[in-house]
Amino acid sequence: MNPATLTPTAEAAKTAARKLSLKENYALLTRDLGWEPSYQKPEDVFRHAQFEGIKIHDWEQWEDPFRLTMDAYWKYQGEKERKLYAILDAFQQNNAQFNVSDVRYVQALKLFINGVVGMEYASHRGFNIIGREFPGTAARIAAQMQAIDELRHAQTQTHALSHYSKYFAGMSEFPHQYDRTWYLSIPKSFFEDAVSSGPFEFVVGICFAFEYVLTNLVFMPWMSGAAYNGDMSTVSFGFSAQSDEARHMTLGIEVIKFLLEQDPANVPIVQGWIDKWFWRGYRLLSLVAAMMDYMLPKRVMSWAEAWEIYYEQNGGALFADLARYGIRPPRHADVTVKEKAHVSHQLWSTFYQFRHAAGFAVWLPSQDEQQWLSAKYPDTFDRYYRPRYAHWAALEAAGTPFANATLPQLCQVCQWPLLFTEPDDPTQICYREESYLGEKFHCCSDGCREIFAKEPQKYVHAHLPVHQIYQGSYFLPDVNPGAPGFNPLVEALRYMGITAGVDGGSFHGHVDAQNWERWTQRPASMHDPMQSAPQPTPQAATPPPPHTPPHTAPQTPPQRQPA
Amino acid sequence: MTTTTATPPAAVRTSQQPVFIALQANNDTLPIVQAIAADNPLAVVDELPGLVKLTAPGRLRVCRASIEEAMGRAFDLREVHIHLVSLSGEIDETDDEFTLLWRAA
Repeated sequence: MNPATLTPTAEAAKTAARKLSLKENYALLTRDLGWEPSYQKPEDVFRHAQFEGIKIHDWEQWEDPFRLTMDAYWKYQGEKERKLYAILDAFQQNNAQFNVSDVRYVQALKLFINGVVGMEYASHRGFNIIGREFPGTAARIAAQMQAIDELRHAQTQTHALSHYSKYFAGMSEFPHQYDRTWYLSIPKSFFEDAVSSGPFEFVVGICFAFEYVLTNLVFMPWMSGAAYNGDMSTVSFGFSAQSDEARHMTLGIEVIKFLLEQDPANVPIVQGWIDKWFWRGYRLLSLVAAMMDYMLPKRVMSWAEAWEIYYEQNGGALFADLARYGIRPPRHADVTVKEKAHVSHQLWSTFYQFRHAAGFAVWLPSQDEQQWLSAKYPDTFDRYYRPRYAHWAALEAAGTPFANATLPQLCQVCQWPLLFTEPDDPTQICYREESYLGEKFHCCSDGCREIFAKEPQKYVHAHLPVHQIYQGSYFLPDVNPGAPGFNPLVEALRYMGITAGVDGGSFHGHVDAQNWERWTQRPASMHDPMQSAPQPTPQAATPPPPHTPPHTAPQTPPQRQPA
Repeated sequence: MTTTTATPPAAVRTSQQPVFIALQANNDTLPIVQAIAADNPLAVVDELPGLVKLTAPGRLRVCRASIEEAMGRAFDLREVHIHLVSLSGEIDETDDEFTLLWRAA
């Protein structure tokens, strides 16, 4: 290399611009890159900026608190990626998938690959749209950076989990399942609802209500749980994603303050979106309640404790701060507090009943796990849920395990089965209904019913898997519903990409449980060794055939084949 | 060019509502956590598997000079992004200080 290129000449040093401060640098990026259209009307360039009724007088007031500029963005994101992939490589090279606490833990990862990755990608699409639609330059840049972040999350999660997919069932068909499986319509419909909103509703719903108020519950206590269970791959992609989320959250709070400060007429509109998207996000995250209380073999904290820290305390601080603008805490936040000691148990009970149709294996909690649940939920577990598990355990012991063969009634808004109870009566399932154009629609709660009532013309179009099965559209083309012995439920599962007993089903005797014990010589469940399948004598380690068909319980785990 | 003329965060009156910053627990963040804890006597440090969370009433300051002192090298505050897990509170960031705060009502 020519040494002259390494040492600036005296002349160059004299003319070099002084180093800009962070704030100046950001101002140049976000103000000077914009322009006023000259031969098109602004409302034709930004077609969706008006119809939601939001009034913006001065886009110059938009200020991203992190003031991240492009050079810094690429530099630090690049470093985060290098760090993450170094860990993923180490994890894979060391067969660390067999060092996690047990194979029950792995079942939770199936919810990640099948449910969360699709949301990240949908979010990427949403931010691309608003990165085009906002009239303000700084807001467009923030949305574009976030779109790249969300794509990165979908990619790193897929990459990290693809390694697990080599060894465990139920992870290999995630885009197919995301679009078709009954309970994955819950995350899918959540983001499609958001993406089909206007740009301001999208950014308030996702950046503020979902990311700022709620995502800490997934990425802090749950990911800390992943670390506690020995999964350095998942905790690393989780924390790496959440460090982007931390930027998105600050964008969320900036969006809220910007909108509220721009015009008093924005306040009631924004409040309506906070109410809606808080409730939508809360219902979506009930899944994490079950993952925390039931699927982490080694537990860090209960869902109720996490809700207290991350919603009641942190959300409380946030809404106390927003009170100055006339914003109050979201509607039905009180219901979430009443439900916090019930929701994980009600969810897990539902998955147990429908385990034949789940994409992950399901089990009854062991006695020591029930002790933990009882200690964490002293007012509810022993009274309402322990007797139910005892009843189901007795049926299993008698060789007549209970399964629910009917299709559940789904909520028209959140798409969960109607499984949640009345806020003040945990013995009564909560049923709500609304009428629209002479038809009845069912909801799981007042929160969802009010969302429906505000925009019925949107939610009547909801794609509800159970309704689709009844309408005959959840069958593959080779299916003849008139054939003798036709079973619509079996065919619907085939359409969803779920093979009972392979993807989901009972943990007892599940292919993952069998392989785990064969490959690791450790119990498939650290809490309940008796629940694992009886095992043949371990075989000597011999290399598997080059192309082991998936999920056929080879005697040794599949190895990476030389190219 | 627009220049920012916001009130410096040190002059802002804050509430007592909690703000927090959570960092990955690793060798790089040891001196960062140490520096933040020293600069914020009211901060409570929670160590959870894989992460460390610092929570303080109303305000939490992350100062470049203190981190540089603890690390023994130059530090760009934006390097925090590499180790950040999450945070809560309104942010004010300059080249020298990164502050999380909730303003007084």
